[in-house]
Amino acid sequence: MSRKLLLAKDHVPGIRSYDVYRANGGYASVEKALKTMSPEAVTEEVKKSGLRGRGGAGFPTGMKWSFLAKPEGVPRYLVCNADESEPGTFKDRYLMERIPHLLVEGMITSSFALGANTSFIYIRGEYFYVSRILEQAIAEAYANGWLGKNILGSGYDLDLYVQVGAGAYICGEETALLESLEGKRGNPRIKPPFPAVEGLYRCPTVVNNVETIAAVVPIVNDGGEAYAAIGIGRSTGTKLISASGNINKPGVYEIELGLPVEEFLFSDEYCGGIANGKRLKACVPGGSSVPILPEYLVCKTATGDDRLMTYESLSDGGFATGSMLGSGGFIVYDENQCVVRNTWNFSRFYRHESCGQCSPCREGTGWMETVLRRLEKGMGNLDDIDLLVGVAKKIEGNTICPLGDAAAWPVAAAIRHFRHEFEYHVLHAEKVKDPKHGHKEPIMPVKPAPVVA
Amino acid sequence: MSLIKITIDNQTIEVEPGTTILQAARMIGPGVTPPAMCYYSTLETSGGYCRTCLVKVSKGSEKDPRPMPKLVASCRTPVMDGMEVQNYTSEEVKDVRKAVTEFLLINHPIDCPICDQAGECHLQDLSYDRGKSQSRYDYEKRTFDEIDIGPTIKLNMNRCILCYRCVKVADQLTPQRVHGVMNRGWDSEISTYIEGAVNNNFSGNMIDVCPVGALTDRTFRFKSRVWFLKPYDAHRDCPDCAGKAVIWKFGNDIYRVTGRKDQWGEVAEWICNTCRFEKKDLSDWIEEGPRKIDRHSVISQNHYLKGTQFVASPEALPAKELK
Repeated sequence: MSRKLLLAKDHVPGIRSYDVYRANGGYASVEKALKTMSPEAVTEEVKKSGLRGRGGAGFPTGMKWSFLAKPEGVPRYLVCNADESEPGTFKDRYLMERIPHLLVEGMITSSFALGANTSFIYIRGEYFYVSRILEQAIAEAYANGWLGKNILGSGYDLDLYVQVGAGAYICGEETALLESLEGKRGNPRIKPPFPAVEGLYRCPTVVNNVETIAAVVPIVNDGGEAYAAIGIGRSTGTKLISASGNINKPGVYEIELGLPVEEFLFSDEYCGGIANGKRLKACVPGGSSVPILPEYLVCKTATGDDRLMTYESLSDGGFATGSMLGSGGFIVYDENQCVVRNTWNFSRFYRHESCGQCSPCREGTGWMETVLRRLEKGMGNLDDIDLLVGVAKKIEGNTICPLGDAAAWPVAAAIRHFRHEFEYHVLHAEKVKDPKHGHKEPIMPVKPAPVVA
Repeated sequence: MSLIKITIDNQTIEVEPGTTILQAARMIGPGVTPPAMCYYSTLETSGGYCRTCLVKVSKGSEKDPRPMPKLVASCRTPVMDGMEVQNYTSEEVKDVRKAVTEFLLINHPIDCPICDQAGECHLQDLSYDRGKSQSRYDYEKRTFDEIDIGPTIKLNMNRCILCYRCVKVADQLTPQRVHGVMNRGWDSEISTYIEGAVNNNFSGNMIDVCPVGALTDRTFRFKSRVWFLKPYDAHRDCPDCAGKAVIWKFGNDIYRVTGRKDQWGEVAEWICNTCRFEKKDLSDWIEEGPRKIDRHSVISQNHYLKGTQFVASPEALPAKELK
């Protein structure tokens, strides 16, 4: 049984309400921080903990906080990014729905560390019911003196607001989120300036994921070093993983970073193996934006080492044979699933969610989707496969925000590892007319023969 | 403030801090200037969208010589002291620029023969220099209906490349913007609020800033090809604007009036709708003299030169550039 920090009290009945949460040691980090620590000391603990952004990019949180500009007379803001829209990722919803006070507590402690007197939780429109839960929790926190003027007599004031977005994936990009929060069209801004210098209302702003902010609570309670002791190397602490797909026990799991992928996938404590006794075909370890891994690269890296659930191990081998931890959306495919159809599905999503600001992404995502649709329906030709690789390559890195990359990587990776399946879609057009063709004739990934020097 | 040094394609210039790479390149000359479809010198916060002006920063600055990891949009990246930039000397940049041209063209109708913008279209120039002769996109293009926005402006959304210039004109020149970008991504379109008319005395400048034929002058539509007309600088005493314009004549008839564009095809002084749409009589204007068409544009017809052929200093660029 591994250690749990965020979901430790998940099983307690009624943990959603303030009284139960408080009785189970809630808001201790606020007491500790406001009464005994300086804001700099809190930032220092977060730095020591080695906590990395849980939204996908994995940027060290302490470093991000220390980049925050602190000019005199200008307000600073902390914004919590609860616009979790990545296909395959649903950890933040689970956390906010079950233990909303954990996020509120983390927001207070983090805002104190950053010297922000106004903070926002930007939540996506589809999570409207969750926003009600959060508002309830915030009202309870106000009523009990954890928010408002002069919290705990420390002289620190904080107002916390929940803002509901309109349901655009792009508003999960931090600068688009800030635009949307300001009431504008959610188009990403051109960086620099970075939000740490010029963010919300042109004031210094830190944008952090829900899970990152929640992780500040155990870091302050137990100290940064205790947090850093969990995990391996630069991947410290615990991580919420949303497991979905053809597994026996889909759901949200809190794991210690460094857990072998094999154990996560097959042990009964977590996913419980592939459903219906089928074979594993492929796995997307970090949400739809990250490269897909074929069966032979899921549990072992290309060099034969065990693959672990860490930022480093999952990206071992670069994009040629690796992937990314991303936001922790662990999607598993069994032998019957069709990679072409899955890739088409992802690119349909990116076509719909591209903001349309810069041309490579606006035109490229639509182009890839059209070509993939044609391939999926058995109307493509072999040149289309190379065309897709070419288009994906031209989008990648040439856009304002990472959405272009996120749209290009899954397509490029699927073709890299499953080219034979794309070719099968061209050569056996009659068979693939049936979307469930994989059930009749499973196509397994082919391991390339080792290169003999 | 002291000047800072920047090197673009091996040519060095000293500029004021805060200048962008594109502005610095324009100071050096056309030979090192990246093309720009959405940047507009007189519109604030324009640029960064079309990605045709991407360049490679091979040395960040004197203090931090690391190269920038990605190609950067030169129109929005400020110059740092000692920065070294590769534009036409980088294969990667040229490759990406070709790709961006292709992206811009996949949904652009190639209806130049019936388009009023033909001849002075930036996308036409861009594709003459960098486009493929054949499209790899063999699906149906996205289409929209033509809309009349107001009595004088026609919007043909099919041709739009979503450069946001007209939105910025409305934001910065007129008190209340009534049009903008609606929908998202592939389906985004420029539109007015429930097709309401754009009623503002300076709305006509949207036509001038449009790099393609998406916004055209309804008083000039289908009257003539632009290269049959002779442009003359002219001015009039206008109570609303500076009154400095270009009149496009055929014989003694004025076919249309536009703003004066600089050598990069960008209007420096805006003109009002009265001058643009209503003053089409020679007696309204005081002529200053004919304008020279010096741009390497399709409008120069038989005198068309490709980018390489007018490069200021040939040694900066080896032969067979651009294409």
